[in-house]
Amino acid sequence: MVSVDDYGEFETEWCPGCGNFMILKALKRALAELGRSPDEVLLTSGIGQSSKLPHYLKCNLFNGLHGRSLPPAIGAKVANHELTVLAVTGDGDCYGEGGNHFLHNVRRNPNITLIVHDNQIYGLTKGQASPTSEPGMKTKVQTHGVFNTPLNPLSLAISLDCSFVSRGFAGDVSHLTELIKKAIQHKGFSLVDVLQPCVSFNKLNTFSWYSERVYRMEEEGDGYDPGDRVKAFERSLEWGERIPLGVFYVNEKPTFEDHLDVLRSGPLVSNKADPKKVDELLDRFI
Amino acid sequence: MSTDLVIKVGGAAGQGLQTIGVALAKTFKKSGFNVFATQFYLSRVRGGHNTFQVRVSDEPIRAMTEKVDILIALDEESIEEQIEEMTDGVIIFDNDVIKINNNTDTNNGLFFHVPMLKIAKDVCGNKIYSNSVASGAALGLMCFEFDYLAKVLTEAFKKKGEEIIDNNIKAARAGYDYARDNYPSGCKFTVSEPSEDDGRMLIAGNDAVGLGALAAGVQFLAAYPMTPSTGVMTYVAANADDFNVVVEQAEDEIAALNMVLGASFAGARAMTTTSGGGFSLMAEALGLAGITETPAVIFLSQRPGPATGLPTMTEQGDLQFVLTAAQGEFPRCVLAPGTPDDCFYLTAEAFNIADKYQIPVFVMSDQYLADSLFTCERFVPSKVTIERHLMSDEELAEKGEYKRYEITQTGISPRAIPGQAGSLVAVDSDEHNEFGHIDQTIENRILMNEKRMKKLELLREEIEPPRLYGPKDAQITLVGWGSTYGPLVEVVNTLINEGHSVNHLHFTHVFPLPVESISDVLGNSEKIVCVENNATGQFAKLLECETGVKIAEKVLRSDGKPYSPESIIRELREKEVI
Ligand SMILES: Cc1ncc(C[n+]2csc(CCOP(=O)(O)OP(=O)(O)O)c2C)c(N)n1
Ligand code: SF4
Repeated sequence: MVSVDDYGEFETEWCPGCGNFMILKALKRALAELGRSPDEVLLTSGIGQSSKLPHYLKCNLFNGLHGRSLPPAIGAKVANHELTVLAVTGDGDCYGEGGNHFLHNVRRNPNITLIVHDNQIYGLTKGQASPTSEPGMKTKVQTHGVFNTPLNPLSLAISLDCSFVSRGFAGDVSHLTELIKKAIQHKGFSLVDVLQPCVSFNKLNTFSWYSERVYRMEEEGDGYDPGDRVKAFERSLEWGERIPLGVFYVNEKPTFEDHLDVLRSGPLVSNKADPKKVDELLDRFI
Repeated sequence: MSTDLVIKVGGAAGQGLQTIGVALAKTFKKSGFNVFATQFYLSRVRGGHNTFQVRVSDEPIRAMTEKVDILIALDEESIEEQIEEMTDGVIIFDNDVIKINNNTDTNNGLFFHVPMLKIAKDVCGNKIYSNSVASGAALGLMCFEFDYLAKVLTEAFKKKGEEIIDNNIKAARAGYDYARDNYPSGCKFTVSEPSEDDGRMLIAGNDAVGLGALAAGVQFLAAYPMTPSTGVMTYVAANADDFNVVVEQAEDEIAALNMVLGASFAGARAMTTTSGGGFSLMAEALGLAGITETPAVIFLSQRPGPATGLPTMTEQGDLQFVLTAAQGEFPRCVLAPGTPDDCFYLTAEAFNIADKYQIPVFVMSDQYLADSLFTCERFVPSKVTIERHLMSDEELAEKGEYKRYEITQTGISPRAIPGQAGSLVAVDSDEHNEFGHIDQTIENRILMNEKRMKKLELLREEIEPPRLYGPKDAQITLVGWGSTYGPLVEVVNTLINEGHSVNHLHFTHVFPLPVESISDVLGNSEKIVCVENNATGQFAKLLECETGVKIAEKVLRSDGKPYSPESIIRELREKEVI
């Protein structure tokens, strides 16, 4: 039996009251409830307040470069597809600096869970706009207020036919726990975009701002079907008075690893090579 | 050398120069000759003026010379561009296709009209066989045994079926006979054919690197295509299924190296392939390899920069960049093959060094070495060893708590991989403690930095000394690295024949430099000349900086072309070195 305690308790560098604490809590619970032991879990991350998360629980971790949480995750997953691999990242990290990796890993569809701490601001560098910042938000850099159209991660992922697209809220730990569990269990690339209040820099999207707006889609009783891509796209555009939470879109399809025949016999890392095998190839140059 | 001939094929991209050139190269190699073949091409898929040249000799050769004996001209431009290089040669051309100047005297033996199209149509009913007619005609001029070409064509078209094979052979034979019957003075270049049984290979540098990686047990290759490195990626991809390798085309070079690091962290032998432009994007991840102490092999095939530069030409212009790329300080290793053998064995060695020292290791090639075809002895894969330096499950169990960055005497920490025997492996791009967790205290920084840098000194002690060609105590030492080896060896041979006291010191292990052994060798030389394919003498700078050895003279070239032995000798004369 794996318990939350197996994932340890660490001192953090986060501001008191930050949404990151709840995401950490939900993640630990999800991993424990799924019975994944720390040694079979790998968290990769980039740089940012959110990306420090892997240091605050016991597991294997690769804390790399800003925007680059996904490429090492793919590499590690290919090397050993028996590992449970999660990439933990921020909105700046994933949708800004790492935007290209986001697009292309949705296309690859590896069996990896991507958790984005979406606080609509750059936390670690002290409050600049992020790709998801609300228009009009003033910062020390965006002195006239943000005027670039915010990126909608859910619509983007659905348009790319991402195989699992969901949104959680740091203020609703039990709902978020369930979402992360579903995302990990889903075979394929799964996005969990988490609304995460930054109490220090984002004075617009606060806990109460979100709490007044968010609702759980599954509780609407309208028979929402996450298999319908067009409906999912429609739902993903809902933002304002009401903000939906839950699983927006699911499309089961072969994963990146499924296409790699060489993984059938077991993890890549356990293969033993023999240099002498190359001898057969040399004949072609004679 | 009793035989030393150069056959050049000139024409537009898409005209099949390479097919003719490769067929000829293989034919000569099959008959026991030494062959060196190289191409000059522009960055376009069709059109432009390109050449493919084959040099044939009965002695080992690894460079191109400047004279041309037989030119197969497929377009007018080839004649205009190459006529200067013809000393006592023959230009084979098809007067029905190429209109040459009315005033040109075609009866002087220099021009030889072979109706390639007509012959192809007459014999095979299809003009596409005219390239085989051309190959045959060139061999006819040499009164060369035809059977070798027939064998090569049979192999080349094996997949296309009997009819295609027969047609090609018929066309080649017709071209061959035409030349023998119609060239005014009969066989122009008679070559004595070496009879040795030929078990040697004809191979390009890129294929040799790919083979080296497969022999070393590469498991994951992530790269973004960029000339002239792509050949390695395609070679490994072509054999990936048989060798249990995953090859992934990354979305960009940033992703490529980061993917490689993730794979390597998780225990796979991993490499990336790129050229200078792509490597520029990798600089950030190179630092990540440095601080996380993650093994990685980076194959970097150079072409002239800056930026997109001359995409299909050659240069050794990226050394100083590679030595200092990424912020901060951390150990790295740079290897630079000079021959296909080096490409094979050094690539395999690169993986072992990367794994042992847990550092990024470069294999630096260039377009000249990547694309040229060389004859060489068959590689011996059993000489390659796979040294992983990973902890066993037992060792790990004995350790109890695992620390990825354990401080040790050598600076090398025992390496475990995630998922292994219940251990946890943590690595971080921030400065970290022995457990891999962020630690920005000054004491920790000093400890970790020292630990990493220590590995470089250990590696320096183990690194192989440079290779000396020629007499040990010569007055003049020509110093080079990487792909200049072939031309420089020939320069030494020529100059010794002329009575000069000269040798060549060749560096395959470029960084770190084995300082002591170099001083031993170079101490005796009166004059040291560094020969490099770049504008500023990048290796000369490194050598002076690391060893204090003064470089008297530099021979440099950065026009996008490789060195010919003649051009080096000309410069040595100009600079009054000889
Ligand atoms: C290459 C690079 N550019 C910039 C930075 C500085 N930087 C660190 S974190 C960050 C933004 C973080 O924002 P986000 O990903 O939203 O994370 P948060 O701190 O809000 O959780 C930036 C720009 C860096 N570390 N590396
Ligand atoms: S800066 Fe914002 S996101 Fe970062 S820890 Fe503080 S509250 Fe959380």
